[in-house]
Amino acid sequence: MSGYLLRRSIGALIVMWAVATLVFFMLRIVPGDPFAAMMADAGDMEAVEALRRKFGLDQPMYIQYLKWFSNALQGDFGTSIYGARVPVQQLLLEAIPRTLSIAGLSFIIALIIAVPAGLIAATKRNTGWDHGVTLFAFLGLSMPDFWLAILLIVFLAVNISWLPAIGYEPLSAGFWPWLSHLILPAIAVGTGFAAIIARMIRSAMLEVLKTDYMRVARAKGLKQSTLMIYHALPNALIPVVTVIGIAFALLMSGAVVVENVFSIKGLGRLLIQGILNRDYPVVQGAILVVSAIFVFSNLLVDMLYGVIDPRIRYDS
Amino acid sequence: MTQEAVLDRAGAAPRRSSGWARFASLILADKKALVGLVILSLFVVAAVLGPVLSPYDPNAMDFDMIVGPSWTHPLGTDDLGRDLLSRLIVGTQISLFVGVSTVAIALVLGVGLGVLAGYLGGWVDHVIMRYIDLQWAFPNFIIAVYLVAVLGTGLVNVIVAISLAFVDDFARIARSMVLSIKEEQYIAAARTVGVSDFRIMWRHILPNATAPIIVQATVSVSYAILGEASLSFLGLGVEAATPTWGLILSESRSFISRAWWLGIFPGLAIMLTVLSINFLGDALRDFLDVREGRGI
Repeated sequence: MSGYLLRRSIGALIVMWAVATLVFFMLRIVPGDPFAAMMADAGDMEAVEALRRKFGLDQPMYIQYLKWFSNALQGDFGTSIYGARVPVQQLLLEAIPRTLSIAGLSFIIALIIAVPAGLIAATKRNTGWDHGVTLFAFLGLSMPDFWLAILLIVFLAVNISWLPAIGYEPLSAGFWPWLSHLILPAIAVGTGFAAIIARMIRSAMLEVLKTDYMRVARAKGLKQSTLMIYHALPNALIPVVTVIGIAFALLMSGAVVVENVFSIKGLGRLLIQGILNRDYPVVQGAILVVSAIFVFSNLLVDMLYGVIDPRIRYDS
Repeated sequence: MTQEAVLDRAGAAPRRSSGWARFASLILADKKALVGLVILSLFVVAAVLGPVLSPYDPNAMDFDMIVGPSWTHPLGTDDLGRDLLSRLIVGTQISLFVGVSTVAIALVLGVGLGVLAGYLGGWVDHVIMRYIDLQWAFPNFIIAVYLVAVLGTGLVNVIVAISLAFVDDFARIARSMVLSIKEEQYIAAARTVGVSDFRIMWRHILPNATAPIIVQATVSVSYAILGEASLSFLGLGVEAATPTWGLILSESRSFISRAWWLGIFPGLAIMLTVLSINFLGDALRDFLDVREGRGI
C-alpha cells in the first residue's frame, strides 16, 4: 500500500509539473502580448516596454520560466496585470472555498436526488416510475447547466424571490446566508450529475437483486425496506464510488460555467475573466489550482477504493 | 415434426438482412430512438435549408423590439428587434457543424494515435500514452477552456480546442481494441504472408474496432455541441456577431424575466438536439452491444 501511495503521489506531482510547464509555454508561444493589447488604444510603445520590463517579459523565456516556477513553488503566482493589480494568490484563496462549496453542495444534492430515484427505478422495474427516472436521466444529461441556472434564477429567484439570485456569502457570515446563495447554483450543477448516478444505481441494483445472497435474505423473510437499504444498496453503491473521481471533475467543470451565471467569484469566474482580460498570471494560477484539485481528488479516490471495497488490493 | 417439415425448414433461405436494415427495424421498435431520429432530422433540415427557411436576416434590426411569439415573428424578437427564429436557425448550422467537425477531427487524430500506440507498442506507445494519460486526468470541457485561453476565441479556434479535448477518448478506445485484436490469428497470418504494417492496421484491425468508436463518436457529438454552447455562453466561443445558441442565451439574460421566449427557445434548441443524439446513441449502443463509455 505505501509503495503504491508513493508511486501515485510522485505521478501526481509529475502531472502537475507537466501541466504548469505546458500552460506556461503555450501562453507565451501564441502571438499577442497582453500589454500591447492593453495599450493598443493609447499607442504608447514606451509604456508597453516599461510594463514588459516591470513584469519581466523582456527576459529570455527560460529565465522567465525558472523564475515563475520557483515563485509558484513558494505559493507566489505573481500579480494580476489587469485592474487593481491584486496578488494572484489572494484572488485564488478567495475563490477556492467558493468553488469547493458549490461542488460539494451539488454533490450532496445530486445524491439526494439520485439514490432514491435509482432505487425506485430498480425495484419498480419497467413501470411508470422506472420510465420516469429514465426520462429524467436523459433530460438531466442533455440540459445545459447554464440554461438550468438561468431558468432557476428567473423562476425561483426573480419571480417568487425564494432565494437570492446572485452573489456569494462566506460561511463566516452565517450558515443560512452561505447556504441560501449556494442552493440554486448547486442544483444547476448537480442535476446532470444526478442523472448519471441515478442510471448507475439503477443498473447496479438490478445486478445485486439477482445475486444469491439477496435470495437468501429474502427467504429469511426480511422486510422489503431492510432488504433494500441494508443488503442491496451498500453493494450497489460500489460502482458509484468508483466514478466519484470523474464525478468531481464533472462538478468542477459545471461550477466553472455556472459561477459565471450567478456572479460568484470562484475559480471558474476567475479563469474566464482572466482569459477575457488576457490576464495571464491569473489564468496560469487558476489553471494550476483547478488542475491540482483534479489530480489530487483522483489520487484520493484511488486510495479510498481499498477502504470501501476491501477486495481491492494495490500491491499484487 | 415430420422429416419433410424439417427439410423444408432447412431448405428455406435463411433470412439475412443487412446491418442497416436491422438498425432501421431497431429504431422503429425503440420509441426513444424514433423520437431522437425525428427531432434530429428536423434540426438537420433547418440547418441545411437555413437561408430558405429563415423568415428574416438574422442580424437585421427592427423597431419590433422584445415582441412575443406571433405570426410575423414565430418565436418573437430580441432587444434589438432581431427575429429569434432566424437567429436560432443560424445557431443550428453552427452547432451541428461544430459538433460533427470536431468529432471528425478528434476521431481521426485519436484513433490514429491509439492504433499507432497499440500496434507498434514500445517507446511509441509509451510517449503517446503518457500524453493521453495527462489529458485523461482532466475533463474535456476544462481542456477546451484551457486551449481557448491559449489560442483565443473564434470559430476555428473553438473547433480546434474542442477536437483536441476529445482526442484522448478515441485514442484510449482505439488502443485497447487494437491490443485485443492484435493477438488474433488472422493478424499473425497476414503478417506471415508479408502484409505491411500500415495495411494490417488499416485493413485488418480498424474494421474490427469500429463498434465502440462509432458509439463514442455519437456521444461525443452531443458533448461537443454542449461544449460549444457553454463556450459561447461564456464569451469564449465564435465571433460576437455570429448568433450561436449559447451566445443568444448569454445576450438575452437580462431580458429573460420579461421576455420568456428569449430564455426558453435557445435553451430548448440545445437540449432537444443533445437529447435526440443521446437517444440515438443509446439505441446504437444496444445495437452494437458496446459497454458504456465516458464523455465529459
